[in-house]
Amino acid sequence: MSEALARVEAVHKVYRRGAETVDVLNGLDLEVATGEFLALMGPSGSGKTTLLNLLGGLDRPTSGRVVVGGQDLGRASGRELARWRARHVGFVFQFYNLLPVLTAERNVELPLLLTRLKRSERRRRARTALEIVGLADRASHYPSQLSGGQEQRVGIARAIVNDPTVILADEPTGDLDRATGGEILDLLVALNERHGKTVVMVTHDPLAADRATRVLHLDKGVLAEASE
Amino acid sequence: MRWMRQTAAVTLMNLKSLPRRWGSALVAVVGFAGVVAVFVAVLSIAEGFEQVMGTVGSESTALVLRGGSDSEMSSGLTLEQTRIVKQAPGVRRESGEPVASAELFVIVDVPKRSTGTAANVPLRGVEPGAFLVRPEVEIVEGRRFREGRNEVIVGTAAASQFAGLELGNRLRWGEATWEVVGLFEAGGGVHESEIWTDARVLQPAYRRGATFQSVYTALESPESFQAFKDALTADPRLEVDVTRESEYLAAQSRVLRSLVGVLGNLIAALMAVGATFGALNTMYSAVAARGREIATLRALGFQGGPVVVSVLAESLFLALVGGLVGGALAWAAANGYQTATMNWQTFSQVAFSLRVTPALLVGGLGYALLMGLLGGLFPAVRAARLPVVSGLRQR
Repeated sequence: MSEALARVEAVHKVYRRGAETVDVLNGLDLEVATGEFLALMGPSGSGKTTLLNLLGGLDRPTSGRVVVGGQDLGRASGRELARWRARHVGFVFQFYNLLPVLTAERNVELPLLLTRLKRSERRRRARTALEIVGLADRASHYPSQLSGGQEQRVGIARAIVNDPTVILADEPTGDLDRATGGEILDLLVALNERHGKTVVMVTHDPLAADRATRVLHLDKGVLAEASE
Repeated sequence: MRWMRQTAAVTLMNLKSLPRRWGSALVAVVGFAGVVAVFVAVLSIAEGFEQVMGTVGSESTALVLRGGSDSEMSSGLTLEQTRIVKQAPGVRRESGEPVASAELFVIVDVPKRSTGTAANVPLRGVEPGAFLVRPEVEIVEGRRFREGRNEVIVGTAAASQFAGLELGNRLRWGEATWEVVGLFEAGGGVHESEIWTDARVLQPAYRRGATFQSVYTALESPESFQAFKDALTADPRLEVDVTRESEYLAAQSRVLRSLVGVLGNLIAALMAVGATFGALNTMYSAVAARGREIATLRALGFQGGPVVVSVLAESLFLALVGGLVGGALAWAAANGYQTATMNWQTFSQVAFSLRVTPALLVGGLGYALLMGLLGGLFPAVRAARLPVVSGLRQR
């Protein structure tokens, strides 16, 4: 296995709901290698999305360490995490999370607003990202004018436009029919194989998980088994 | 630079998404508009009143009252005293005669056109010099009263606000019957709310003998005032107060101005509390409706600051729209509206028009923006503090 991009060490994550505490992750250890396509599977409440959020710097562990690309995410401030996410992470969401008032191209351009790039360069890169996902001809369409599959492609274009270190996808095919979901998975595989992007994907769907290079199963906050 | 770019982008997205939330946005706009309309309309009363009281107040006209009187109503001067006043240094002369008018000021009952209830209207007895002291007084219909006759001329504002003052009408006041022979304008000033007649006819009708209540004198120049005043106050035969007419009228409008000012601000403040809560509600629901969008932006790396600014900007935008609508409403409904109110110093009615001035409109807009800022602040902070993870879970 190649060098580890992400290292999760003895991570506990506890949520509090009033007086009740819920242990979501229980001393979890994990390494994600640079360039791999990892699928995280498991039943609802097993901690998949929580683990993804920790890897993406959206949440902090209650204890333990999460180090991604050399950055200890548990020690970073909110501001530092925001900057780190902008630079290193591309998120793909189950419900696409496109901004309805922006065209596809403007949605894709969003992460680049956090860079020093000039407008012309931002637009050029946004169009390139849309070309990669096969939606160059839909650049000026609004999300409401796109199908679910097309929206998710725009979401993926937005995730790759800033050339991130890792792509984190949370149920990327969960809201799509099988055929369209298959196309989205083809795209993620292509990004992994052709463009060398590290992908971590949370999914319920075994067929989706089969497209990954490695599958991990979570159950009650610990890794249950691993398969290559 | 990047922070500015982030802020501009998020703010623009916010404003663009307003049409999707037009219902709650409208509630906030209506709230702001209501407060501004009331605020501006109420304060336009004070503006209008002050305009009337200040329009004719000339710097080079002096008013002489008995010492200690705060208005013409409580003053009293003998014929001899008025003659001494007219001969004082500093009084302008034409053909060797002083330009001055010794005057009598009584109150008559006239029904208001709007309600039919009796109101106190000033009936001023003047000398011929009154028309020289106040050159702005101009007969617009009929003619001047003749000396020694029971004839009156009526200010146009009085004629429009009070019933029965039409040309040719005969009216019973004091111990005489009076005929309206003319209507006059007075440059929009307070005298337009008065009725004038010959002082020497008014004296017996109200059993005033040969007394007067005030002397209005035209001065050679505004600078002559001090010499005029010094001469009168040093004269042992007199015990008088000497003021410029402009200062006298300004003092008269002070009570109403402060009354209306306090009232207007109080009503507006109470309404503003309601409108601010309305704005809070609107912005909280806006933030809730956009929770996932905001969380998405934060996930992509946008900072909390631009989110705060964008929510505030939306709230301020709604306040701006509400303020403009409210100002326009107040202007349309109140500006120029004719009414009359009590001048508490003379216990008589002053007719005036409500005035919505640019300064009032700017003040109303400022008020709206303040409400917008307060209404947007807490929702903005909540939006920025909303944990990204829970925001992303919203559907």
